[in-house]
Amino acid sequence: MTHLHQLPPVAAVLIAIFVVLGSSLALLGSLGLVRLKSFYQRLHAPTLAYSYGTLLIILGSMAMFSLIEERPVVHEIIIGVFMMITTPITLLMLGRASLRRDRDAKLGHDERVPPRTRATDAAKPPAPDQAAPR
Amino acid sequence: MSALILEYALSYAQIAMVAALCLACLRMIRGPRAQDRVLALDTMYINAMLLFLLIGMGNGNVFFFEGALVIAVLGFVTTVCAAKFLMRGEVIE
Repeated sequence: MTHLHQLPPVAAVLIAIFVVLGSSLALLGSLGLVRLKSFYQRLHAPTLAYSYGTLLIILGSMAMFSLIEERPVVHEIIIGVFMMITTPITLLMLGRASLRRDRDAKLGHDERVPPRTRATDAAKPPAPDQAAPR
Repeated sequence: MSALILEYALSYAQIAMVAALCLACLRMIRGPRAQDRVLALDTMYINAMLLFLLIGMGNGNVFFFEGALVIAVLGFVTTVCAAKFLMRGEVIE
């Protein structure tokens, strides 16, 4: 690793902080993907890797190659812009597909939603169409 | 000094990304329904892309960047096609 010696220590500490934070956030996103209960909660977890993980690792890479080659190296921005454009499209299509599949299969969400009852309605039994799972 | 700091940081980051890949793979194996598996596959693509960037930083090689870009594009196309298939039952109507 000869190229790493050319960096000043301040820049090395900064790049190390960027890289460690970015990879830790990506790891947390995948941990949430395993731990969360329902699919609609799980859809939010890997966005940590999509947004902050990509941003921080790209910033670290840009800083490192710019300092090593002593010229601005900014082509990692292409990955950042690409991720910024494609991530909402991907997750939106996946969420819509999942909603449609849930509706077709007559399945509710896995998370328990408490029924919305007022104090006057609490004495009456719920209507049969409302009691059916949606 | 700076090389030591960066070696430790890059080693930790690569180990963390491999652990993230393993966790996403676990969700893809275990996932109760198809959309869980597609989401886990997309996460694995992004984690592999970040791992490529980190390996490129460790080697001082700029050409890992192209590999990361190709992985990002392929992950986008794969996930959109899979979501389209889950929604409609066919990819091209």
